[in-house]
Amino acid sequence: MIVDVNGTMVEVEDGASVIAALVVADTLCTRISVSGQPRFAVCGMGQCQECRVTIDGSKHRLACQTPCRTGMVIRTGERA
Amino acid sequence: MAATHDVLVIGAGIVGAACALALQREGLRVGLVDAASPGSGVTAAGMGHLVALDETEDELDLCLLSLRLWDQFMERHPGVGEPLRCGTLWVAEDEQQMQHALLRAERLSRRGWHAEALNGDALARREPALRSGLCGAVRVGGDSVVYPPAVAAFLARQLQDEGGSLYLGQRVVALASGGLMLANGMRMSAAHMVVAAGVHSAALLPEVPVAPRKGHLAITDRYPGRLSHQVVSMNYGQAASGADALAVAANVQPRATGQWLVGSCRQDGVHDSAVDPAVLAAVLRSAMALLPCLADMNIVRTWTGMRPATPDGRPIIGAHPELAGVWLATGHEGLGVTTAFGTSQLLADQIMGRPGSIDATAYQPSRFVLQRNAA
Repeated sequence: MIVDVNGTMVEVEDGASVIAALVVADTLCTRISVSGQPRFAVCGMGQCQECRVTIDGSKHRLACQTPCRTGMVIRTGERA
Repeated sequence: MAATHDVLVIGAGIVGAACALALQREGLRVGLVDAASPGSGVTAAGMGHLVALDETEDELDLCLLSLRLWDQFMERHPGVGEPLRCGTLWVAEDEQQMQHALLRAERLSRRGWHAEALNGDALARREPALRSGLCGAVRVGGDSVVYPPAVAAFLARQLQDEGGSLYLGQRVVALASGGLMLANGMRMSAAHMVVAAGVHSAALLPEVPVAPRKGHLAITDRYPGRLSHQVVSMNYGQAASGADALAVAANVQPRATGQWLVGSCRQDGVHDSAVDPAVLAAVLRSAMALLPCLADMNIVRTWTGMRPATPDGRPIIGAHPELAGVWLATGHEGLGVTTAFGTSQLLADQIMGRPGSIDATAYQPSRFVLQRNAA
């Protein structure tokens, strides 16, 4: 299936997580912290909150816990 | 103790820290004592809303005196305590609340604290996140938001810079005219002692009626640009609260980070500081009833705080009527951050024997202690 990562169309397998789509898109930054640092997924199990991204306009979604769906629009690198 | 003090202030919350600094600036030698660290008690638990409340004339007097001192503080120390002049929107859901809101606008404006009435359409334009169909609001542009523990810590540092002393991690266990005793058995003496210990005041002086009034708060993730005012229901302060009663009123604050701080509620007679999920749910429901998009936002932390409340809803500021040299600056309930600087001025005026800039009669400790003796 195809998802949109920051305007780039990326192909991922069924069942892939959003964080997997970010890796395929070579986007190793999910968000920018309060102090301006780039962040990326750490725990991979929905606890650390570092992987928050905007999915279909909805902010602060956990990329590691969200499966990709065809046509999904994923935005990263926001101050979140 | 090596140092000699003219004044010992007990409690380095924002009220105690402001009093200590004001007295040091009167030329007195001040020691500020706290069981933990500056601003780490109820000062850290509250919202930090600098707000003109007008339930009574004397409340408004104290708020306005304090808010003008806050203006001076923010001008002299830009950025300290992350100030945000977001203003307050007092939101009216029905015609009756709108009538009260119009009266508030009139009262505040008459006193030079600008407040404008907004009808439902104007309100929707000013704060689009609010639900549709509201009657209107009063917008109070001069109200602000700060992060209170940062201000308390700053005031404590200023005290030290100006020659005062800080005694942290020192719990006061007993107090009498002329001196106090710490938990470690050490005694300290001074001509004046100021009890600014909030809900802990009654542990030192049982005749001082300050009791915990519990509140719940929640804070969201960052959603910048969604909210530009502190939004408070006109229901705030109106809902009846008695023993064990729960009073809830929507009170939502935008932080500089884009986070929302969400309250509010009051509970008397509850001494357990744990978050009660049912109470928190009621608070969140009342906030969502005004700001529906909150339903899709993430809450990242919840906590409670114990406001130091008095039987008549007024703080206790002035001389203890029976213990010479003992002064009180406590019982500010939810308004201690707003009124910290005004309190410090009233107290300094009284200790220095000067007439104050506003009438402090309503705050005198004697109103409770004398009542007790008469009973």
